[in-house]
Amino acid sequence: MSEPIPRKVLYIDLSSKRYWVEDRLDLFEEYLGGTGVATKLLEEELPRNVDPLGPENVIVFAVGPFNALYPTASKTVAMFKSPHTGNLGESHAGGRSAVAIRLAGYGAIVIKGASDLPVWVSVHGDKVYFRDARAIWGMTSSHTVGRILREVEPGSGVRTIMRIGRAGERMISYANVITETYRHFGRLGLGAVFGSKKLKALVVSGKGSVRVVDRKAYREVYDKIFKLIVDSPLMKKYHEIGTPINVRVLNALGALPSLNLQKASIDSADAISGEYIATNYLGRRVSCAHCPVACIHLAVVREPYEEEPYFYKTTFIGYDYEPIYALGSMLGAGEARDVLRLIDLVDSYGLDAMTTGVVLAWATEALSRGIISEKDLAGVKLRWGDYNAYMKAVQYIVEQPTELYRDLARGALYAARKWGGEDFALSFGGNEMAGYHTGPAAYANFAFGARHSHLDSAGYDLDQETIGRTPEPGELVRRLYEEESWRQVLTSLVVCLFARKVYKPEVVSEALKPLGIEMSVDDLYSLGRKIYREKYRLKLREGFRPEDVSFPRRIFETPTPHGLLSPEYMEKVKLEYVRLIREVTGEGASGHHDG
Amino acid sequence: MPRLVIVDVDKCVGCMSCMFACSRRFGEGGLAKSAIHVSSIGGVERGFKVVVCRACENPPCAAVCPTNALVRREGGGVVLNPSKCVGCGNCARACPIGAVQWDYESMKPIICVHCGYCVNYCPYGVLSLSR
Ligand code: SF4
Ligand code: SF4
Ligand code: SF4
Repeated sequence: MSEPIPRKVLYIDLSSKRYWVEDRLDLFEEYLGGTGVATKLLEEELPRNVDPLGPENVIVFAVGPFNALYPTASKTVAMFKSPHTGNLGESHAGGRSAVAIRLAGYGAIVIKGASDLPVWVSVHGDKVYFRDARAIWGMTSSHTVGRILREVEPGSGVRTIMRIGRAGERMISYANVITETYRHFGRLGLGAVFGSKKLKALVVSGKGSVRVVDRKAYREVYDKIFKLIVDSPLMKKYHEIGTPINVRVLNALGALPSLNLQKASIDSADAISGEYIATNYLGRRVSCAHCPVACIHLAVVREPYEEEPYFYKTTFIGYDYEPIYALGSMLGAGEARDVLRLIDLVDSYGLDAMTTGVVLAWATEALSRGIISEKDLAGVKLRWGDYNAYMKAVQYIVEQPTELYRDLARGALYAARKWGGEDFALSFGGNEMAGYHTGPAAYANFAFGARHSHLDSAGYDLDQETIGRTPEPGELVRRLYEEESWRQVLTSLVVCLFARKVYKPEVVSEALKPLGIEMSVDDLYSLGRKIYREKYRLKLREGFRPEDVSFPRRIFETPTPHGLLSPEYMEKVKLEYVRLIREVTGEGASGHHDG
Repeated sequence: MPRLVIVDVDKCVGCMSCMFACSRRFGEGGLAKSAIHVSSIGGVERGFKVVVCRACENPPCAAVCPTNALVRREGGGVVLNPSKCVGCGNCARACPIGAVQWDYESMKPIICVHCGYCVNYCPYGVLSLSR
């Protein structure tokens, strides 16, 4: 039985193949779990200025007090040093990961060192096994790896199987980690860090219980939250069409990045929209563990085998708004089927869909401008909407037959710095943009968000709320900071951000009580600000300089729902952010980070 | 006596709300006490199986219990008397559909009492209590 506040941290050293458990109630009491605790654990364990792909890099997975206790508290936070940006990496995923880690008895898992031979690690309750992964290293598809591990590992129904694909093995800086086939620790290259440690997969299973302090109150609060979720519009929105409902909405607004953001809408939007895919391809919806919403949409694509009549290959492909934007509208897709096939390929290699799409979009434009040649692309003629070419290019990003592909495997900015075309490399601090050309707040969010994630300060939301009355730069930054610092609490508990409207501060405070945690709404807000501060301190320690942030010119060339963005306005936003970060962290520009 | 039945397993999304509900009957979180078990049929894309006690009229689990800790319940299925149970695990092995779950914390079987608590938490109408 686990305690109401998580406390056990499992440390795994891949170099020595040792593991041990430490009681870190101190950390969980101060920071709840998730983002808060992961930040502190990474700060403790990660030596300064190490190579993200060296054995000294550290991976932290953390869950929080709400996981396995309350509905839609379904996420695990991963923190590591990112090989993609060279700075703090943070990525969240659901599936069964959070419930499995907590019910195996842990609040966090810290992975250090590197194995000499490929391994996968299985954690079943208090037992940890290092298993020989040589036979599954190098397999073409991450899906196959999942299938094999499902067969050989126990714990069906109560386990998570996190694994990497070829992209992770080859340390492509934006390789992801896939869990339960359709969820991802998508951004910032956790897959490459797995690959650098020769860690093919991490399996965790657990079926324990969690004690609460006040059983009656726990059941009452649970029922209240459950009802709020099931009755909320969120349930309908995310369950029925899911996140791809945004395709039409953003297209109509003129905020759907298309053709490498040469445009902000696309004629074929209807044919790649959530409504269209739900009508024509949707095969099944599934849910993360302990979430009644079931927002995960799986499309069915049936393809005939050319040689054999009436013989079909049927594939289930998970889709969401972001991959449709990056691998669809950004590349000029005509119809959903092409996009789905490309999503499936990108997934089977274990690449981050968002970054891959932006990289391909950059390359397509670069080719059309003569910055790169067909020869550099190993004969692949990239053209908007030509999905056979895109499938080939994705394969080559993994196989890297030419110098250009080796550079594309490190992201759009890296390639553009070397080959030219930085103005239209849609990268922010080295991370490719999310699918929102909504206005200034979205771009401030991509550039200055503590984890560069659109989900953390929701600039796209603020933009959509303020169309026609763009806030002053100071006001804009203040509101983004408020939202982002509050969301640090949600990602420390760890609840899915889709349920943020249910988990209001008062509800969170009430839900903590039966666990024996007394925190007022004000306490929660100040904890959020503290976690934000600690995270930014770690970023500064690792060399992030807000003064050096710049925006690619392209974002100023295509009108947003707020009109054409002005570089002067964004410069002011940047100055406000620099001031905020320096003030919040208490560290001047030359301050604390020592080289 | 009512019993828990599966209405349409194809509607199951694998959210595990029912499993958490069953454990919560005892006012605790997690899954250790769940008498119902949901898992994918070899990958979530193929759907789920929801394993619950069928409330057999002549239950094989009771037949193999060496201490008579499982007694037949009116309306089918069995009732567990934990003080008699020695944790041998015969019942779990004897149930042909694997509906006797195991509590690894108390090392005793978990037997569905057909209370229907889980039904209230399945948002997709997979479960129901038949009277
Ligand atoms: S536990 Fe199995 S054998 Fe026993 S009554 Fe239920 S279904 Fe029948
Ligand atoms: S009917 Fe009651 S005992 Fe049986 S699975 Fe549902 S909640 Fe558990
Ligand atoms: S609550 Fe319903 S949909 Fe969810 S896992 Fe249980 S049976 Fe399936």
